[in-house]
Amino acid sequence: MEPFLWLLFSAGGVLSALLIPAMLFLFGVAFPLGWVSPPGHAHLSAVLGHPVTRVVLLGLCVLALFHWAHRFRYALSDGLQLKHLDRAINLFCYGGALAGSAVAGYLLLAAW
Amino acid sequence: MADRITLRVTRYRPESDTEPAAREYEIPLRKEWSVLDGLNHIKDHLDGTLSYRWSCRMGVCGSCGMTVDGEPKLTCATFLSDHAPGPVRVEPLSNFPVVRDLVVDIGDFMRKLPRVKPWLIRSEQEAPAEGEYPQLPAERAEYEQFSMCINCMLCYAACPVYALDQEFLGPAAIALAQRYNLDSRDRGASERMDVLSEAEGIWACTFVGECSAVCPKDVDPAGSIQRYKFTAAMESLKTLLLPRGMR
Repeated sequence: MEPFLWLLFSAGGVLSALLIPAMLFLFGVAFPLGWVSPPGHAHLSAVLGHPVTRVVLLGLCVLALFHWAHRFRYALSDGLQLKHLDRAINLFCYGGALAGSAVAGYLLLAAW
Repeated sequence: MADRITLRVTRYRPESDTEPAAREYEIPLRKEWSVLDGLNHIKDHLDGTLSYRWSCRMGVCGSCGMTVDGEPKLTCATFLSDHAPGPVRVEPLSNFPVVRDLVVDIGDFMRKLPRVKPWLIRSEQEAPAEGEYPQLPAERAEYEQFSMCINCMLCYAACPVYALDQEFLGPAAIALAQRYNLDSRDRGASERMDVLSEAEGIWACTFVGECSAVCPKDVDPAGSIQRYKFTAAMESLKTLLLPRGMR
């Protein structure tokens, strides 16, 4: 099981580190300051409405959540030395990531 | 620069002490003196009962690893003047049982090392091609940094995962396995995989990276472990997804 959890963790780390800062830079700095001309509302809405964008965003959310789960599991089990509570920690972390993924799936795909 | 410095050395004699205690020695401070030179001065002139390991005093033998001012260091490569004005704390390496004074028992590592088969593995029947296995410089470069390991145990002393769980195979053993896995002459990667991929092998590592930070030979055990995690994860994926014949 560990190799697959690590692959999710690893993929989530790479994607989050690449995509999230780029988005924060664009929407948080570059567009508001007018460094790059921002897309119009209709354009943005069309991009976000496209099924491919939603699947990509869902992938990002799911992988980022599993990245968090794996990291937080070790923060609790090694960092706070709660190894004896491993079962509960695993349930909380990976269960949390699964639940978060379901919510992200619902918001991005079903409830659009 | 002052001409004297104090070494606060941890002493532990199991036949008379119940627990380790620090003892201070004042020694000359010379620009070219390493911590090991300071310990040798104590042994030769101040207290002949002090026990510690050393041999080559030039960063090759890997036997003089100790904790200097809280950091795992080769004492032959750590200069007293960099720790002036002192006092300089000299303690045994962390995470190992202390045998006496600054001498630790590295038996745990010595038992783990052969499990990863750190030698070139070829089929018994195979005759060496023209007497030798040729290798290109680029192929040698693949594993060269891992071959620099001198088994000094600084990485084990620095590893917080090993501190918590002594079952962990550990940085040097995994880096040495990779030294052979990445060697173009070796055919033993599959034989090493079981030991490396178990829960107490690579998967126990959480990539803190202290092993690589303290390595006196610039080996990157942390990098080798992460690299092997990817190899092992891909193997697991193949096992899961591909039919037996295609793996």
